[in-house]
Amino acid sequence: MQNGLINVLLADDDEDDRLFFREAFEKIKIKTRVKTVNDGVELMKHLIKNGNELPHILFLDLNMPRKNGMDCLLEIKRNNNLKDIPIAIYSTSASEEDIEETFVKGANVYIKKPSDFGTLKKILEEVITINWQYQTSGLNREAFLLNR
Amino acid sequence: MNLYLKYDTYLACRKILQEQFNKFQLSYTLKSFWEVEIKEELPRTMLDELSSSLNSYGIEVVGNHKSILIQKIKDTIIEMVYMEEKLPTSKTSSYLADKLNHRYGYISNLFSEVTYTSIENFIILQKIERVKELLITNELTIKEIAWKLNYSSVAHLSNQFKNVTGLTPSVFQRIINKRHST
Repeated sequence: MQNGLINVLLADDDEDDRLFFREAFEKIKIKTRVKTVNDGVELMKHLIKNGNELPHILFLDLNMPRKNGMDCLLEIKRNNNLKDIPIAIYSTSASEEDIEETFVKGANVYIKKPSDFGTLKKILEEVITINWQYQTSGLNREAFLLNR
Repeated sequence: MNLYLKYDTYLACRKILQEQFNKFQLSYTLKSFWEVEIKEELPRTMLDELSSSLNSYGIEVVGNHKSILIQKIKDTIIEMVYMEEKLPTSKTSSYLADKLNHRYGYISNLFSEVTYTSIENFIILQKIERVKELLITNELTIKEIAWKLNYSSVAHLSNQFKNVTGLTPSVFQRIINKRHST
């Protein structure tokens, strides 16, 4: 945590959500660099493009036009270069089936989009902190499941 | 004209240290090549100045007493959680104080100050990681896991698991099993 910036990538088609998300990251203690993309097609292009640094964590909205979050999740998990990126689903849906299905397909975190800023800040801070523990303290990544 | 040089690194470093510590008017003892004992407690600002001054010679202060103690606390907790048979039944506060030879109050305050989390939270997180591992390997029943890690009951374990991960142990286990079978 002490050393360096954490690269965060968000894929979300809703402009307000993207703004909300950026602001929350500016307010938390841990230093991050946030990049956003507007849909699944743009996301996959960004990830596959040579020279683009891979994020330390990807926040992925489920409902997006052109290519939805679930398809992106599957594609990322099938791609050997990308499959180790920790993935946090960031969605308005809180149905048990959605949650379980995304976890089974390889997501690590499931965040139900909160309606107030304070909660969002708190959740994002927690997710980033725990993600960092998994990346740096030799914890078993397979066991990284977090539902918020 | 070329001069050819031969170095006695040990002597050179000792000289540098001597000059530096004199510059800061500190009395010190070289305990080994890697460890210097300073008689008095240094204020933070002075320690920072000393560090950056040494840095210009390629000498780095790699850790102070605090960061070393923090690492020891973490190691002790992890060792405790991963003990073969069962977690010690003594209170963790006295267990840690005993192992580390410091008052628990001191250890606990230091930990919170440096890591932004409490010892209690760190222990809970490590215990839950251990629970996950035991759930994944599927060798023990949840009741046996609760006993091994000193939870008073299965309900207590399940509640803490749910608080930390947002999932119940059985849902967690189901997800991991499904992942393996697809």
